[in-house]
Amino acid sequence: MLGRLSWSAIPFEEPIALVTGLVVVFIVLAVLALVTLKGWWPYLWREWLTSVDHKRLGIMYVVLGLVMLLRGYSDAIMMRTQQAIAIGDTPGYLPPEHYNQIFSAHGTIMIFFVAMPLVIGLMNFVVPLQLGVRDVAFPVLNSVSFWLTATGALLINLSLVIGNFARTSWWNYPPLSELAYSPDVGVDYYLWSLQISGIGSLLTGVNFVTTILKLRAPGMTYFRMPVFCWTALAANLLIVAAFPVLTAAFMMLLLDRYLGMHFFTNDAGGNQMMYVNLFWAWGHPEVYILILPAFGIYSEVVATFSGKGLFSYRSMVLATLGICILSFMVWLHHFFTMGAGANVNAAFGIMSSIIAVPTGVKIFNWLFTMFRGRIVFTTPILYAIGFMVTFVIGGMTGVLLAVPPVDFVLHNSAFLVAHFHNVIIGGVVFGVFAGYNYWFPKAFGFTLDERFGKAGFWCWLVGFYLAFTPLYVLGLKGMTRRLQHIPDPSWEPWLLVAEVGAVVIFCGVLCQIAQLYVSIRTRERRRDLTGDPWNGRTLEWATSSPPPVYNFAVLPHVETIDAFWHMKRTGRPPVAPAYETIEMPRNSPTGFVTAFFATVTGFALIWHIWWLVILGLLAATVTVLVFGWSEHREHEIPAGEIAQRERARSALRQPT
Amino acid sequence: MEGHDHLFDDRSPGVEEHEPTASYLSYTAGLGFAIVATIASFVVSQTNLLWPPGIPVGLVVLAFAQIGVHLVFFLHLGSGPDNTNNILALAFGVLIVFLIIGGSIWIIANLNANMPMPMH
Amino acid sequence: MTTATIDTGASSAPTDVARGRGGGGPAPKRIVVAYGFWIFILSDIVLFSALFAAYAVLARNTAGGPTGAELFNLRNVFIETMCLLLSSYTCGLGALSAERRQPARFLVFAGLTFVLGAAFLVIESLEFAGMVAKGAGPSRSAFLSAFFTLVGTHGAHVASGLLWLAYMVAQVVAKGLRAAVLRRLLCWSLFWHALDIVWIGVLTLVYLMGAR
Repeated sequence: MLGRLSWSAIPFEEPIALVTGLVVVFIVLAVLALVTLKGWWPYLWREWLTSVDHKRLGIMYVVLGLVMLLRGYSDAIMMRTQQAIAIGDTPGYLPPEHYNQIFSAHGTIMIFFVAMPLVIGLMNFVVPLQLGVRDVAFPVLNSVSFWLTATGALLINLSLVIGNFARTSWWNYPPLSELAYSPDVGVDYYLWSLQISGIGSLLTGVNFVTTILKLRAPGMTYFRMPVFCWTALAANLLIVAAFPVLTAAFMMLLLDRYLGMHFFTNDAGGNQMMYVNLFWAWGHPEVYILILPAFGIYSEVVATFSGKGLFSYRSMVLATLGICILSFMVWLHHFFTMGAGANVNAAFGIMSSIIAVPTGVKIFNWLFTMFRGRIVFTTPILYAIGFMVTFVIGGMTGVLLAVPPVDFVLHNSAFLVAHFHNVIIGGVVFGVFAGYNYWFPKAFGFTLDERFGKAGFWCWLVGFYLAFTPLYVLGLKGMTRRLQHIPDPSWEPWLLVAEVGAVVIFCGVLCQIAQLYVSIRTRERRRDLTGDPWNGRTLEWATSSPPPVYNFAVLPHVETIDAFWHMKRTGRPPVAPAYETIEMPRNSPTGFVTAFFATVTGFALIWHIWWLVILGLLAATVTVLVFGWSEHREHEIPAGEIAQRERARSALRQPT
Repeated sequence: MEGHDHLFDDRSPGVEEHEPTASYLSYTAGLGFAIVATIASFVVSQTNLLWPPGIPVGLVVLAFAQIGVHLVFFLHLGSGPDNTNNILALAFGVLIVFLIIGGSIWIIANLNANMPMPMH
Repeated sequence: MTTATIDTGASSAPTDVARGRGGGGPAPKRIVVAYGFWIFILSDIVLFSALFAAYAVLARNTAGGPTGAELFNLRNVFIETMCLLLSSYTCGLGALSAERRQPARFLVFAGLTFVLGAAFLVIESLEFAGMVAKGAGPSRSAFLSAFFTLVGTHGAHVASGLLWLAYMVAQVVAKGLRAAVLRRLLCWSLFWHALDIVWIGVLTLVYLMGAR
């Protein structure tokens, strides 16, 4: 009846997992109870759960990412602690089967449910505003994308309490991940969770490519788009190009596991390396999907806080597109050591070195933007400067690893772990934090507390170097990654420094939580009344903070790059334009309902509850069919209402 | 900004032209060409009309011809400026397809040569 | 520093209209929907390319079991190909009828397309069933896993396409050829043509090359 689900799925024998699970379940139930008691469900349903507004969805994505960051970080500190303790004769506190799940969950969660949602969330919020339009091309699909991502996150977190997670790392290579060696539900949790959220990501890619290419304010030609929109375009093109490959790879592995096929098995002609090949054909573009929008954030932040237009807009655009194309030509560098031979290794090694060049162009452009600028040292620009130093180091170790003979020594060592955390934390995470601080006032109408923001930055920066520089050294000394037990006691001092670093990062996280709490408590002091707290250059700053649901009462007519800056410069006298009725998309439960059934179906597939799979799929299909029949997806906002709102806004800004 | 000149509208693949006869002609011509190319593929593959070592190349060329016919006659992909986005998207897609298929074949062939799988 | 209300000068004609350089403002809904679906189709093609790549790599791994040359029946493949190609043709004629607001003609062509597509699926299902009966099912060898997955995924797309077509016919009958229905038909025909394009790849790389 319930497939292979039974009471033994609950981890009674693993105290750490059990206690953590109970705590999480308790917190979730407490939150649900609070919401129910306060009667917030109608508000939540109306304003958030069924919202198709890109701004709301963007905020929800960021919230999801930040919450999952806490989970991913917990996994990290558990690993760090184990490695700091389990040296020589000490066994540590995490048995191998548990440790293996932790590093698998850490990687999977950080990439798929922290970095992706954060980056996609910021793109969601900002891109339509910067393009001067009212929403993305397909708002209901946007909602579906978010909720499917949330489904994936939910399923992964369920594995903590019901069953177990994969022990096969965040790559999940066969044959270890095949039925013969991983017969339990862990790998299935990984595969189904990521397949479902992968659909969400793919739909986002389609949505944003269409939006950026087909929906822009009048007069906004391609070379008048903000650089963040260019990087968003490149990243979403990569999503469209790369995610289907991952879907196919997972599909084949699932067919092996569920229907006894032989794509990657050891017998009957399966080829394990084909999985590795396809996984990384997705995997390398994935990291560029993460970093390109971060580069875009830095471009916006550096220009704004230097009070200067971005240096060499065109070369920035060309570098972005160059990185986009090149990122699809380097993937073998993730498995140089697997025996493809000198010719193949040389070709991919050279391409991997070449891809550093456009990134270098970007760094120089940012530096030249700051040169002779009037720099205002806010939290976002601190993250940008911290990024420039940190990412260059990480990039250099990357070019080092791109040399195949070097990689033969350093593949899968702690050096590699240091490298990719260097570029992901220094690049993506700092970028997201910069964007979070930069666009927070636009989203919520008040700025974040600067003191805690800066404290958080310094903790993260110092903590990062303390946590990961020792790993570079250890990698060169021969330490491999994913060690549950440390064989060489001479490594201990380095691991202790790394542990300190992890704690300092934790202080950074605490500062950021404090920043949010304090900012909300004292928000009246930092209200953003003009909509333009930073003297910004791009169109999102032309709206109120937060913007009305329709973004712009009248679509702006764009004549230059940095359209808003130009408008401020030319000081157009306030004109009361003739407002027209605006059509905005209605809310829709489609996303939430589809995701609900996706969760049910995913869970049923994992636990082999076949009747529930059929029901879930049917229900999801019906939801799609209902959506596919509907019309009247828009509602009108009358011109009078818009005029009233805009007048009220002008009145707020006029008196000095 | 809706409703400006059709002349200035972007085109998207599959969107129909406005002259009736031209379109019927387009589809019928496309069908004709496609049938010819398809039959040619079968003939090339099953006979020795083409120099045997060249047959795979011939088949690939004919496949491209068939795909081209579909793109031009059925999907109305043209070369005008209002079609630029569509062509660029297609070109990007084609690039990715070649990188994945070509790259995989090259990589796995080399792997198989250096690391032969045990015979079962 | 005056922060002015944005004056769009909405009455003045935009000078940089959409001519591939895209300065004409947001595109009409029909174009947006069609382009978005085109991008989705391209992503689907990438999915197929990964399956093609797996097939290409695994095609020789027959694990002592049957090979393509032994299993493929090219006469049936030819009939399948013709069915699908003709269905693309009738799909196109149906699209023309829809554009010209001729619902009756559209329904005729839709019906023909459905029949041809269904014929394709019947032949393919029989082919699969025959192979499984011979012990050449997908779990026999890596080659067969790749074959069944690649060709089967295409077949699943065709089946979904037929279900979608039936759904569209229902919409046309119930609502007529309204703008929204026409947009969805446009997406559907893009999908159907793309499936024929993928089939050309399957035909060439799997059947014609494999049968030698």
